[in-house]
Amino acid sequence: MKTLGIVFGNLHDSDLGELTSIRSIASIPFGGRFRLIDFVLSNMVNSGITKVGVITKNNYQSLMDHVGSGKHWDLSRKNGGLIMLPPYNDGDTSLYRSRFEAIKNIMPFISTSDEEYVVMSDCDSVCNINLADVVQRHIDNHADITIVTRKKELVNKKSRTVIETDKDGRVINVVNTDKARGENTVFTNILVMNRKFLLHILENATELNYNSFSGDVLVRGAKDYRIFTYMQNGYFANIDSIANYYKHSLELLDKDIRDELFYSDGANIYTKVRDSAPCKIGNDAIISNSLIADGCVIEGEVRNSILFRGVKVAKGTKITNSIVFQDTEIGQNSVLNCVIADKRVTVLEGRMLSGHETHPYYIAKHAVI
Amino acid sequence: MKKKKCIAMLLAGGQGTRLFALTNSVAKPAVSFGAKYRIIDFPLSNCTNSGIDTVGVLTQYQPLILNEYVGNGEPWDLDRSYGGVHTLPPYQAKAGGEWYKGTANAIYQNLHFLNEYDSEHVLILSGDHIYKMDYSKMLGEHIAHNADCTIAVIDVPADEASRFGIMDFAADKRITSFEEKPKNPKSNHASMGVYIFKKEVLVRELIADEADKTSVNDFGKNIIPKMLNAGCAMYAYSFSGYWKDVGTVTSLWEANMDLLGTDPVLDLDDPSFKVYSRNEPLPPSYIGVSGKFVNSIMTTGCEIYGTVKNSVIGEGVTVKAGAVVENSVIMQGSVIGGNVKINYGMVDENVVIEDGCVIGDERSDKHNITLIGRDSVIKSGTKLKSGEIVENGGNKA
Repeated sequence: MKTLGIVFGNLHDSDLGELTSIRSIASIPFGGRFRLIDFVLSNMVNSGITKVGVITKNNYQSLMDHVGSGKHWDLSRKNGGLIMLPPYNDGDTSLYRSRFEAIKNIMPFISTSDEEYVVMSDCDSVCNINLADVVQRHIDNHADITIVTRKKELVNKKSRTVIETDKDGRVINVVNTDKARGENTVFTNILVMNRKFLLHILENATELNYNSFSGDVLVRGAKDYRIFTYMQNGYFANIDSIANYYKHSLELLDKDIRDELFYSDGANIYTKVRDSAPCKIGNDAIISNSLIADGCVIEGEVRNSILFRGVKVAKGTKITNSIVFQDTEIGQNSVLNCVIADKRVTVLEGRMLSGHETHPYYIAKHAVI
Repeated sequence: MKKKKCIAMLLAGGQGTRLFALTNSVAKPAVSFGAKYRIIDFPLSNCTNSGIDTVGVLTQYQPLILNEYVGNGEPWDLDRSYGGVHTLPPYQAKAGGEWYKGTANAIYQNLHFLNEYDSEHVLILSGDHIYKMDYSKMLGEHIAHNADCTIAVIDVPADEASRFGIMDFAADKRITSFEEKPKNPKSNHASMGVYIFKKEVLVRELIADEADKTSVNDFGKNIIPKMLNAGCAMYAYSFSGYWKDVGTVTSLWEANMDLLGTDPVLDLDDPSFKVYSRNEPLPPSYIGVSGKFVNSIMTTGCEIYGTVKNSVIGEGVTVKAGAVVENSVIMQGSVIGGNVKINYGMVDENVVIEDGCVIGDERSDKHNITLIGRDSVIKSGTKLKSGEIVENGGNKA
């Protein structure tokens, strides 16, 4: 059951606004010491996948820096391992816009691989899913495509791929719509295909008039192919806006969610190791309902917040409902509420910064306030 | 292959009997320290930070956890295609095999390793100390002096001098006398157990020492005094940073406490001289609404719902609500139950202290630390006295 992993590092960048102004969605920091791609890579590695191609397009310096040789995910291998797939551009063609075009660009990578199955995943979600289980279900169903789906209460006008299945989980109808409301089954941007079937679709894309995966392959394929769903019932966070990024980040303060995400059945989430010193919390510090990473030095007050590695919080400062990225320093007697502070921000003494839960106040990387 | 200038041999076979339950089933260098480290992280990180990329780790006593921990050396950047870290246990050869008899004999039994790399110099280290040291500076002086042997020296309080190898040296740093653990020390210049030898001198001396049936095959007792008597060029290298022998429960506790405070005696938060360790893939630590965490350090994966004061908390430790942990060292994976009180405790890895236990009493202080060995279970409501020791895997009710 050899399986190839393909990760889309840039799809949905535009949903995350300022968080992706200097990075790809894959390298957005999450959960105090992780990046979004860590969940995807760890899920693959924990499911026995040892060859993973990461497709990038732009802004991928931070991603390259983060994944390096892949050794932190045990993906530094002689055979396979982590393979970065930056865009190939001969000057005349423009860069890909959709998932389908992105895979077309890496056809040689897919055709020279010898794995029987391919798992493809975007980096816009946070979950701990056993992909080996998905592949096994795919095999048992004799499916051409198996898409991971979940139940979601749709309330706003945002385009979704809504799935309708028969009682066996076989897809009978796929609609891309922003009008669906109430509980629906939606596509999670994680799917499994037979590699040869994928190649067949790619090679015949022009004849079949396929330009988009969810728009063409799934919608029209629902009649012709055996497409099945795999329902992800466990914790699943779709990071599709800054507000949702903020909301799902703070969900990690719930122990049950932490347990499910980080300790599920020995399937740990791996990340780049930084060798920071342990976090140090001073005499006057007050910390409540917060996650604190290594390397933090805290003298002030921190509540309902997530502090990444190496954050310094000076005396008299109050941080509430906030997310503070790596190496940011907050000076004395400042107040931060509903703030997302990017990496290496300096907040000077006596500053008052506040956003709202639905509109967290974002401070750009390296900013001095 | 280009010859290496200097390789290191790290003596990691010591039992560390004065750490009692902590070293029942692990070698001293593998004992946990400072929330996320083990003692051996310090010499290994020092090597990496000093540009030494080849380290032989000589193991003997309870090597399993140590071997697994060192692994391929990747955490210390010592996974190299030529060089890197090698664990060197005693082995059986055609002419028979034997255990390492002393520090010098351990290196002697690995002469093949020294000869294989054939570096110009050899650095001898032990896995008993907590310190951050750039060995390349010492190597620089060693080469400048054209020394046969250079010994790192630190000034210790006069009343402790008789625990160490004590030496005297001239203004040019040439060593004039050396005494191992003298009753009446002549100075307070103590050997740190860190030596650099010219490789060919070391090989010559080790062969001679092995032939001498009266020798106990120890660097401090035999090799160093003999070389000094023979007039070898031996120099001292003065080191003045933090250095602590952690051979006793009290000294290990003190070294842990040296990490606390706004201006700690031992500051590990130094990006230019990182101490590396094997990191567990755990999420950041969580402090709950009922949690209080004061003047303490911890690393990843902890869940704190009780009170922690002046303490060092290892990876993945849980402190449940109502518990009060003070002046203590809790090592990785341990669970401190609800309403447990611990004062001056040293709790080894994967210990479960059930609800309502009281660890320590009014006589508890740093000389009377309650020690709980790894994998022990302390049953609900148990009281342990100051200075009491629960052996590994103990079941105390």
